[in-house]
Amino acid sequence: METTDIGLWGVPLAMLGGAIRVSTPFIFVSLGEAITERSGRINLGLEGTLVFGAMSAYAVAVMTGSPWLGLLAAALAGLCFGLFHGWICKFPKVNDIAIGIALMLFGTGLAFFFGKPFIQPSAPDLPAIPFGAWSDIPQVQAALNVNVLFLIGAALAVFLWWAFRNTRIGLIVRVVGDSADAARAMGLNPNTVRLLATGVGGALAGIGGAYLSLYYPGSWTERISSGQGLMAVALVIFARWNPLGCFAAALLFGGAGALGPALQSVGVTQGYYLFYAAPYILTLVIMIATSSPSRTLAGAPGELSITK
Amino acid sequence: MSGTHSKAIGVETIGMTMRFGAFTALDDVSIKVPAGSFHALLGENGAGKSTLVKCMMGFYHPTSGDILVDGRQVTIASPRDASALGLGMVYQHFTLVPSLTGAENLVISRERVPGVIDWRKERGELAAFMSGMPFKVPLDVKVAELAAGEKQKLEIIKQLYLGRNFLVLDEPTSVLTPGEAQEVLGLVRGMTKAGDLTVLMISHKFHEVTAFADDITVLRKGRLTGTGKVSDLSRREMAAMMIGDQPIAALDSRAEPKPDAEIVLKVKALKAPDRTGLKSIDIADLGVRSGEIVGIAGISGNGQKEFLEVLAGQRPRNGGEVMVRGATYAATRAEARALNVRLIPEEPLKNACAPRMTVAENIAFRTFDVDGNGKPVSWISAGAIKAFSARLVEQFKVKTASLSSPIASLSGGNVQRAVLARELTGEVDLLIVSNPCFGLDFSAVAEIRARIMKARNAGAAVLLMSEDLDELLELSDRILVMSDGALVYETPIAQASVQTIGEHMAGHH
Repeated sequence: METTDIGLWGVPLAMLGGAIRVSTPFIFVSLGEAITERSGRINLGLEGTLVFGAMSAYAVAVMTGSPWLGLLAAALAGLCFGLFHGWICKFPKVNDIAIGIALMLFGTGLAFFFGKPFIQPSAPDLPAIPFGAWSDIPQVQAALNVNVLFLIGAALAVFLWWAFRNTRIGLIVRVVGDSADAARAMGLNPNTVRLLATGVGGALAGIGGAYLSLYYPGSWTERISSGQGLMAVALVIFARWNPLGCFAAALLFGGAGALGPALQSVGVTQGYYLFYAAPYILTLVIMIATSSPSRTLAGAPGELSITK
Repeated sequence: MSGTHSKAIGVETIGMTMRFGAFTALDDVSIKVPAGSFHALLGENGAGKSTLVKCMMGFYHPTSGDILVDGRQVTIASPRDASALGLGMVYQHFTLVPSLTGAENLVISRERVPGVIDWRKERGELAAFMSGMPFKVPLDVKVAELAAGEKQKLEIIKQLYLGRNFLVLDEPTSVLTPGEAQEVLGLVRGMTKAGDLTVLMISHKFHEVTAFADDITVLRKGRLTGTGKVSDLSRREMAAMMIGDQPIAALDSRAEPKPDAEIVLKVKALKAPDRTGLKSIDIADLGVRSGEIVGIAGISGNGQKEFLEVLAGQRPRNGGEVMVRGATYAATRAEARALNVRLIPEEPLKNACAPRMTVAENIAFRTFDVDGNGKPVSWISAGAIKAFSARLVEQFKVKTASLSSPIASLSGGNVQRAVLARELTGEVDLLIVSNPCFGLDFSAVAEIRARIMKARNAGAAVLLMSEDLDELLELSDRILVMSDGALVYETPIAQASVQTIGEHMAGHH
């Protein structure tokens, strides 16, 4: 591909493209976590689920030749991790955060163990739609080459936002997350609802992982995730548990993550490593800015262990 | 099922007995609540009131006994069965989901909710249903933003919306202002008179019972000790049925207040953030003199809790001054000790105790690190702690299995007695108290109030915050009303009127 020099315009353009590319796993993990947290539980294990999803998607895609089967495998693996978390947490006096951390380590460890043979072979990628085909500028084409999963993620965010208000299941999840007593009085079993919510959350995180290994960066390595699963948890809090907010926050994080590579691509040779840290700094700044010692977060589900 | 406006139903229990292992919580209790009546169920904590209604609601399965609904014998195996028969319960604590709107709460509590909710249709149906209700509550606002009275109305509306025409109200007014309580009970009373509703109300408040109920049933220690028409009974007779012949601590007669006594607590222009961080409390000027009880009334959530937390050192303040006997007070341990400031916060187990530490250790919290002369000690003597606590347990009649039981194993009344023992021993110049009798039974309440009055008469300045207006009227020398984070009204006890105080609590001025 011939490169056309578009000067400093390349930075915002690359950030836009980067935001779309990098944000997709954030979108899925944070939407999954939003569902889980809205039901009153925190699953910190999504980092492990993400890595395991990435591995299983890649492995299945290599073996079957179909990235979609890989995606399905990742979702199933994520579902299992989520259900496992939900099942353990239903026992009395079990701390969901501690279990989450254990599952995070377990998931990554297991993924490394099973993933060793798949570091070399290459798997088919998930398809992308070239929205930039109208343009002659390759940078524009590259930036607007949007993966289908991003579109699905965007649609899912809108759907969840709608579903939390307008469907029975959405209201039930909110009831359970806000007041377990009220849920019990309605004849709902909070543990079952949370089990399923954590399962769905895990499945979405698995899909996020599949995107990592099957599209961008697009291969399976042991360093495939750089903490996206954990950052997504912070992102959900920043987004005030609102799916649309999760989508916007994921784009913001994605854009921040694309800052380093974008600067590098326009020829900034010094200090761009600093900008690779942008998402982490952003996480830190957001957590500090949105927390306060003397008040609880507005919009937080009442049953959440960190906000109780 | 929703919106159907069927008539009230009558419920009767015959020989209800409920045993938990060797303990008999309910012993052969028969009560009759005819359709369209307003029945009050009285009794102390642990008298079996909630066991009885839980049996009626299907939460418990009685060991023996029958339930009749409209004269027919029925089996109620689960809350769902009770609901199908038209029996519903409004709990003392709200069961509405705070982050959902009223409409969402109503719709989701229905037994059959469509997968996708058509809000246009639901809103239309709700509006039609509400037009037949005496209660008016906004349904498009999050429940968390409703006032307590509105929440309580919405709880009742929810039961009616679900087609339940026999309601158990469990201390329905404990979180309401007198005005709100009057309104809610008046509306409920109107519905029973019209024959739309039957009510069984659990209550501690005699004035509500006499004003609204037709009949009463009294339980004590799981047994039925009295029943009858409200019009035939005096309060004294009702109280006798409730507590039997146990002695009740009498309130000390009030020593004459000295208007020129030293001002012990002085608060000036105090500002602090409230729980949400969005609003702040602002106490412009407050003084409490030695030998007087200043009561602070207010609906919970108007900043009393935050005010107490500032005084207790649990909450940082943004500005202003707190002075105790002329010295700046920042609620450190050293200052509290030097100035003889003592604190009885609400929910004592949570705010004034280390629940898993022993009774002896908890009682010694103020004194364990000093010797007899107030000098700090470097070695803590377990023997001294035990001896000290044993004396106080004896003196304050704390019922505990042993001094080394964890304090969390004590009943609410005994935890409060233990805290009182700790706080009221030694010299007390300033006593800060918040909701001291919440959830305690008759004799404990009387005793605790008597202790507070005794401290006042001994010269302590007492700041008493309470959500129970009766308590304030009984104890205080002056009453102040706190609303929206500020003190908005003050009255000496002689001129205090429940009506005016209630209006200021509700912020109508």
